[in-house]
Amino acid sequence: MPAKELSPIEIYKLLPGTNCKECGETNCMAFAAKLVNREATLQECPPLLEPSRSETFNKLWALLKPAIKAVEVGVGDRKVTLGGEYVLYRHEFTYFNLTAIAIDVSDEMPDEEFEARVKVVNDFEYEYIGMKLKLDMVAVRSTSGEPSKFEAAVRKAAELTELPLVLCALDPAVMEQGLAAVGDRRPLIYAATKINWKEMADLALMYGCPLVASAPGDLNALKGVAKTLWEYGVEDIVLDPGTSWDEGVMETLNNFTILRWDAINEEEEYLGFPLFGVPMVTWAEKTEDPVINEWNEAMLASALVTRFADIIVVHSISGWSHLPLVILRQNIYTDPRKPVSVEPGVNTYGEPDENSPVLLTTNFALTFYTVASDIESAKLDCYLIVVDTEGLSVESAVAGRHLTADSIAEALETYKVGDLVKHRHLVIPGRAARLSGEVQEVSGWTVSVGPMDSSGVGKFLDEKWTPNPE
Amino acid sequence: MSPLTEKKKGTLPISMKLLEDLAKFQEIELDDVELTFDELEISLTPGMMMGAPAPVPVPVKARVKPTALMEDQVGIPIQEYPGSIVEVKLGATRAEGGTRDRVLTIGGETVPAFYSFQASPPHRPVIAFDVFDWGKVPLARAVKMHFREVVNDPAEWAKLCVEKFDAEMINLHLLTIDPLIEDASPSSALKVVENVLQAVDVPLAIGGCGDPVKDLAVFTAIAEATAGERILFNSVTLDMKIEETAKVVKDNGHTIIAFTSMDVNKARELNRKLYDFLPKEDIVMDTTTAALGYGLDYAFTVMERCRLAALKGDPELNHPISSGTTNAWAAREAWMKMGPEWAPRELRGPIWETITGQTLLLAGVDYFMMMHPAAARSMRTLIDNLMSGGSQSEPTEWVSLKL
Repeated sequence: MPAKELSPIEIYKLLPGTNCKECGETNCMAFAAKLVNREATLQECPPLLEPSRSETFNKLWALLKPAIKAVEVGVGDRKVTLGGEYVLYRHEFTYFNLTAIAIDVSDEMPDEEFEARVKVVNDFEYEYIGMKLKLDMVAVRSTSGEPSKFEAAVRKAAELTELPLVLCALDPAVMEQGLAAVGDRRPLIYAATKINWKEMADLALMYGCPLVASAPGDLNALKGVAKTLWEYGVEDIVLDPGTSWDEGVMETLNNFTILRWDAINEEEEYLGFPLFGVPMVTWAEKTEDPVINEWNEAMLASALVTRFADIIVVHSISGWSHLPLVILRQNIYTDPRKPVSVEPGVNTYGEPDENSPVLLTTNFALTFYTVASDIESAKLDCYLIVVDTEGLSVESAVAGRHLTADSIAEALETYKVGDLVKHRHLVIPGRAARLSGEVQEVSGWTVSVGPMDSSGVGKFLDEKWTPNPE
Repeated sequence: MSPLTEKKKGTLPISMKLLEDLAKFQEIELDDVELTFDELEISLTPGMMMGAPAPVPVPVKARVKPTALMEDQVGIPIQEYPGSIVEVKLGATRAEGGTRDRVLTIGGETVPAFYSFQASPPHRPVIAFDVFDWGKVPLARAVKMHFREVVNDPAEWAKLCVEKFDAEMINLHLLTIDPLIEDASPSSALKVVENVLQAVDVPLAIGGCGDPVKDLAVFTAIAEATAGERILFNSVTLDMKIEETAKVVKDNGHTIIAFTSMDVNKARELNRKLYDFLPKEDIVMDTTTAALGYGLDYAFTVMERCRLAALKGDPELNHPISSGTTNAWAAREAWMKMGPEWAPRELRGPIWETITGQTLLLAGVDYFMMMHPAAARSMRTLIDNLMSGGSQSEPTEWVSLKL
């Protein structure tokens, strides 16, 4: 049954009903509700783990399992989970596991280039709303077709990074040598095809590694390969329906949509696996400037993030092309059930005193973290009032009457800002400029209008701030 | 064949054009720019990441190992969608009572965006260019460099967009009418509109300043003087005099964007109020575009929910959707100088606008208001490809690709 239709009652009926609180909830019904929201797992219920309840456990497991199997790649802290999804559209529930982004290297790349590329993946980090956005994996391709070269490249990659690897070679003999080197790292094997499926399946079983089933442009063949692998005993499967750009992009998006729809809404057998996308196919086209390839790749990668891919392989190592991609991914995989806001109140930065500036913003998390990080990087000593706007940004809070002269005056009052400073001089955001006169009237504070973007706050205070302006 | 697909003779010329659009970035200096888009709503409420549940052990079943490749069929999920999106005609030819040489139709979808395994989209989503009547409008440097010579002349600006950048429509934003800017009169705004109508032969959308009273006064003067043109007025909001606004549009043969702020119920409410005075075929809806990283998730989901609800039969949401994609430039990552690892921002900016637009294209947007020529061109190329009905050529053998 699709996750969105599951009710806590159906789960509750199968729970032990002991209300023992060992799971941390007050009773079994509360635990059932958490299970349905996927905020708790069955393992948190000790009575359920008793051997006598194994049949019930399996029943519950079947009810609660994601429509798309969660496939783990790699080992240790940086291992990634592919799939584990319950719904087609994010608003129906939420997506759980970020599309993993793998950057490729090849076994014929000069050492310097190889190392530089792995370093980019290792070091990539962008701070966004209090989170660190990263790249996830390294895909090693066999371009030489020689087992020993592949083995050397795979070994080198494993030495250079803790990140999970994707081993890409269609010749089982080549793959075998790569696995001999890094099989204990649980790499993702790419790929089993109509031709090599048996050898690849044997390797996947021998090394206990997840395996991609690949049949570009042929969904029926893809399902045939996946079915064969499953029946052969391979359980951690990833599906590669093929990726195309230019005029083929329509069919690519169609195929991803069909596979995800069938797996989730039709619960079609053998299709409930993560999807594998390859935006780096855009590099096959000869262009007059690699910027064109990077640009097209960023578009295709983003389209695949929007349309259900669970892992993508990209070739670009340029920050300008990765930044929109990792942010889009974060946006799409954000839980739409939980609007983000931070605690309203007064925050202090540096060592403010009674003459320090008083700034103001809203409690929308993105706004707050942006302002806070700008204040920190400008090394300011100041107070920041965070007004409760029900999680709206400055601009929409002003438009929607959540940030008003009255709500600002009330915040000044409630948080006793007057006790913190001697002066009565408030700096409001540039985007709230139209409130300045009224705030002055209602609160009695002198109001200055700050910059439109908080990146200018340091400069603004430097040039304009005085505790007691005329 | 549309004028846009005519040009498409393989992908290389388009790439070269894209490169030209981007090429200038190497020439320009890297000043910081204070950038704002006051006239455009930017808002959002994204959610938080939740830890995914840990995997649970799999009950193992007994299987017989196959010795040969098994065969199977993938079901093509053809669905019954009881609803469909109304078609809205934009612009009118002389024969139809206007003066446009080119007219457009948007909407008409019967399945979710680009589910072309079920049905092809009946009309191309339209890429329109923003033009402002106020030369001081703050623009990111990467955008401004393409329009520097024309920013003080909206008619020339519009012409440049159509002739050089293949704009399918022009969105003229009348900022000078803002009481906080120049408080320009309705008659002076009309003069600007007439000049732009003269300068280009594509349909026009006219944006106000966001002041509900002033916008209505200006829209009224323009609507009456340009009766029959099927101008797309941008926009009517819940705090405007809805009856009056709707009647001005209807009585003079125009169309309008119903603008609400990221709220499916408010979108319904505004449409419902408009239905008393205006045929559905005159209404486009805009539920607000937030930039990538600044609430795009929320904008995307509201649009996707509206479109899916409409297809499932909701009679108050089945309108073509419009997006102020230029809002992408409100994201500081689109214009700000950042560390060398994120350079150059002259690429980061237009790709930001492109991906903001592309994501909403996949949610169902029919009408895009854009600014950067490379972003607009990329979107158009993508739309061409999505509409081509083409199939995957030979799969790329990417594993052994030598780069």
